[in-house]
Amino acid sequence: MSESLMVNAVDIHKSFGTNEVLKGITLEVKRGEVMCLVGPSGSGKSTFLRCINHLERINSGRLMVDNQLIGYRESNGKLHELKPSEAAAQRIGIGMVFQKFNLFPHLTAIDNVISGMIRVQKIDRATAIAEGTELLRRVGLADKLEHYPAHLSGGQQQRVAIARSLAMKPKLMLFDEPTSALDPELVGEVLDAMKQLAQSGMTMIVVTHEMGFAREVADSLVFMDGGVVLESGDPEEVLRSPKHERTRAFLSKVL
Amino acid sequence: MARSTKSTIQAVPLRHPFRWAAAFYFVLIGVAFIVDALHRSAYDWKAFYKYVFDERVFKAAGVTLSLTAISMFIAIIWGVALAVMRRSPNPVFRQVSWFFIWVFRGTPVYVQLVFWGLLSTIYHSFFIGIPDIHFGHFYLGVHFPISQTASLYWLAIIGLSLNEAAYMAEIVRAGLLSVDKGQEEAATSLGMSWWTTMRFIVIPQAMRIIIPPTGNEIISMLKTTSLVTAVPLITDLYARTRNISDEIYNPIPLLMVACAWYLFFTTVLMFVQYFVEKRFARGHSVLRVSHE
Repeated sequence: MSESLMVNAVDIHKSFGTNEVLKGITLEVKRGEVMCLVGPSGSGKSTFLRCINHLERINSGRLMVDNQLIGYRESNGKLHELKPSEAAAQRIGIGMVFQKFNLFPHLTAIDNVISGMIRVQKIDRATAIAEGTELLRRVGLADKLEHYPAHLSGGQQQRVAIARSLAMKPKLMLFDEPTSALDPELVGEVLDAMKQLAQSGMTMIVVTHEMGFAREVADSLVFMDGGVVLESGDPEEVLRSPKHERTRAFLSKVL
Repeated sequence: MARSTKSTIQAVPLRHPFRWAAAFYFVLIGVAFIVDALHRSAYDWKAFYKYVFDERVFKAAGVTLSLTAISMFIAIIWGVALAVMRRSPNPVFRQVSWFFIWVFRGTPVYVQLVFWGLLSTIYHSFFIGIPDIHFGHFYLGVHFPISQTASLYWLAIIGLSLNEAAYMAEIVRAGLLSVDKGQEEAATSLGMSWWTTMRFIVIPQAMRIIIPPTGNEIISMLKTTSLVTAVPLITDLYARTRNISDEIYNPIPLLMVACAWYLFFTTVLMFVQYFVEKRFARGHSVLRVSHE
């Protein structure tokens, strides 16, 4: 059963000090599935995403990606914290795209894309540049290789960021509100790149407010509020006939 | 182009009488001071010209320059190390760095230099190895005697550089803090280790913030070297000119000689700083041209 699961989260709790942000999240993401996480701000969507990448440490529950426990190693019924190098190795398999792009401003587009290949995977520069050029071509930026982030539009920067994550050949891609910081006319080009990626069979979890994207591309839609999952299911269905009152209230504002 | 036929505005410019009055006043004071100084016997300009290019002064200026250069070099490296330790995930490193900065920034550099001068009085030798275990006369370790004549020059450099490192650490720390947290997260999510993230992502971006105050610190260090007389090292510019003035019973012209050299060096450094800062601002405020 678990063979087909990419992400298996069971009763995840996470607090910042006394503020409990995740109050028991249980979710399953199948291989090749595209899941959209929606909900009002402060509902814990981004925090949950960051837990999957071990940027945040969970307080309780079990979080597995590709049948591997995230952040811990289990032996003799005990959990052991991972060494930094082991945690880093886990993150290579999980790509992350941020709301604010977080491109490295002192590096050109191509150098951003190959930074992980060169510094982490120690691939030689020529090979990395060939692969990186191909990735940038796929997101429609073949003519922007030598541009610094400051010279690119928000949409172009976010596509470079997607290419940078893909360069590590991840098995799972996390998107944390990838279009929220973009001017409206630039949203489409980023969503197109994501759609293309979804069609190639990538497993994706997308925190977003783009309901059109959710309806068209996602296999499942999860609505979170107040640190819990209120409802989930087929995007078309959840969007058409939300069961929960709060889902209805939220959707009426964003649709 | 009807607009171009319009003539540019020909207005009577605003007068600035106060500027002229201020200029006149300060020029007057300046000229009066110079004319007076040229004739005042205490300045003894003959002695000034005699000693300003004196070989001993020339060598002493070299000592001051080398003290500045070597001390700053060590201070920058050690300062970066302290700042990085301050941000390390290892709590021991964080505490050690905090303690070092606390001690070396919290006590006067003059007092520290006196302490370094007394090093051989406090510690007669230092020993690396396992104490108390020996086979006859063979110890498990290496023994370094600190002779009474331990190089005062190097003690001065140790004193200056460790003190300066504490200040450099704070400058580098401010630079590291200026780099957005998202940069570290992006690097981490690519699987980069903490050190790789520091070395290739955070530190290069922090440089723009670190460079300008570092220039100030170099100029400041040049002047601070005049305190090495506390060690006591007496081959630097200030101590040497004092020494000559004792010989000729006339301190003032030699003080002027020292000032002239210090001013010359700081002026050169200010020019260098101006161009280095311009260079580093270029990448940021003005758009960079791509190499297509």
